Amino acid sequence: MTGLAIFFLILAILLVWGGLVASAIYLARRPEVASYPPGGTDDHREDAGIIEHDT
Amino acid sequence: MTDAATNAPTGPSSTKPREEWTGQIGFILSAIGSAVGLGNIWRFPGVAYENGGGAFLIPYLVALITAGIPILFLDYAIGHRFRGAAPTAFRRLGGPRGRWLETLGWFQVAIAFVISIYYAVVIAWALSFFVFSFDLRWGDDPAGFLLGDYLRVGDPGVSFEFVPGVLIPLLIVWVATIIVLAAGVAKGLQRANVIALPVLLIAFLVLVVRSLFLEGAAEGLNAFFTPNWAALGDPNVWIAAYSQIFFSLSIAFGIMITYASYRRRRANLTSPGLVVAFANSSFELLAGIGVFATLGFFAFQQGILVGELEGLTGVGLSFITFPAIVAQMPGGPIFGALFFGSLTLAGFTSLISVLQVVSAGIQEKFRLTPRVAAIILGVVCTLLSVLLFSTTTGLIALDVTDQWANNIGIVASAVLMSIFVIWVFRRGPELRHHLNSVSTFKVGRIWVLLVGLVAPVVLGYMLISRIITLLVDGYEGYPAWYLGLFGWGTVALIVIIAIVAWLIPWRESPDDFAPWPPLPEASAETRTEVTR
Repeated sequence: MTGLAIFFLILAILLVWGGLVASAIYLARRPEVASYPPGGTDDHREDAGIIEHDT
Repeated sequence: MTDAATNAPTGPSSTKPREEWTGQIGFILSAIGSAVGLGNIWRFPGVAYENGGGAFLIPYLVALITAGIPILFLDYAIGHRFRGAAPTAFRRLGGPRGRWLETLGWFQVAIAFVISIYYAVVIAWALSFFVFSFDLRWGDDPAGFLLGDYLRVGDPGVSFEFVPGVLIPLLIVWVATIIVLAAGVAKGLQRANVIALPVLLIAFLVLVVRSLFLEGAAEGLNAFFTPNWAALGDPNVWIAAYSQIFFSLSIAFGIMITYASYRRRRANLTSPGLVVAFANSSFELLAGIGVFATLGFFAFQQGILVGELEGLTGVGLSFITFPAIVAQMPGGPIFGALFFGSLTLAGFTSLISVLQVVSAGIQEKFRLTPRVAAIILGVVCTLLSVLLFSTTTGLIALDVTDQWANNIGIVASAVLMSIFVIWVFRRGPELRHHLNSVSTFKVGRIWVLLVGLVAPVVLGYMLISRIITLLVDGYEGYPAWYLGLFGWGTVALIVIIAIVAWLIPWRESPDDFAPWPPLPEASAETRTEVTR
């Protein structure tokens, strides 16, 4: 591969896959807002879903 | 006042709890499964290569940030705030004087309905080729095999001469789809994605790593990543970038509205949205590397340059070029099985999301259970799919319908959504407030500007220029009557479905509803509206 192509391969990986990693880390560190407005609590689901797996 | 008392849903919606994803990861995997589809594998690599190679990264990322992610957030906000499939959500968004906005929801449902009917056929082809891979059944003439032996393509027209090789896998795809939809959101859609997505990722990673070790792979990657800076001055390259991002993310035709409506009310929206958007682009980049490394091998085998190869996108890439490569490759059957298996899985997880748009719409309008809706919808779709696309004219009908449903239907849907939601009903600030109330990644006023201005301007340009091109030049040299029937006829059918479905009375009105959280300054007004 040429140097220019390698540079753009690395740049694309850093920006796109880096974006994925950064957004995943951001979500893991801030999975929920500190406080919600009052209300908005959900009742049970009708599909009897399995256990909650929130990040 | 307790939480239960302040809980926003009132009337019918409080007596019948909504289905939900089991949590954040279930939603993210399902949304990625929807976004990662056939286009990621067969469209992105060729589009990037033809529009500047490495330089395409710039318009691509600009399009992702200025249109893709903002419209994705708009879909999430509408579905989550108004807690319904597209017709319900838009009807509620329209308020007492804008109930007719439900038609926009049905417009999106109708697009999803049409797309699902032919999308299933391509998955059926991929499933067939997965099986054919094991004995390389296409021999040394993949084009002749695809068009002649397998699809038995005839002249443009309406034929009822069925092709058994397509019919059987098509029925398998539809049965699997009906089973998943009937099982509901958590036990059907989510479970299918939780299983299929990791399998897809592993299979595709193996394929990409293998491709990197092929002779000539470096030349393929050179062709893919070497930037052509002159391309950045070409407006068509920028339109191609917006177009790729737009079609790839599964936005603006109801999928993400429907998926977001199954998140619990107290759920983060924007931060998972960023993960979904970047995961979709990450898979596209992976596909670009794998496809062009493989094409480099093919060019090397033929003693030509990558630029001299033909069939670098779409059906040609997947069902003619790739089989030809596989036939020349050591360990070809395994490589072929991985490629077509990946194509089948990526397509299937997208198909179920497209169908859920329709299923959720009719569930809410006619008070059907997921199981009944899946069976009714599945039977109708299977019949239409078999009658129209498993015949000797199926490939041509599919090509024409896809061109109009995507480039006119979905793009028009996005433009209309932006104009009505942001400009006519002026819900931008409310939706922004909603996103910021529940999400950890806050969006500024610029978000309203992007969905209200950039999206309609860029997409509006795409829409008008495509309509003019199709009117003036036709498409692929097909006869005008045929384009009228399967092309413009598809658009007319979508509009008719939107209006007729709106006119049908609801089994139970969705209007007795107050969005949560209320706008601080508008909460009194909202309460009045609810009691009215």
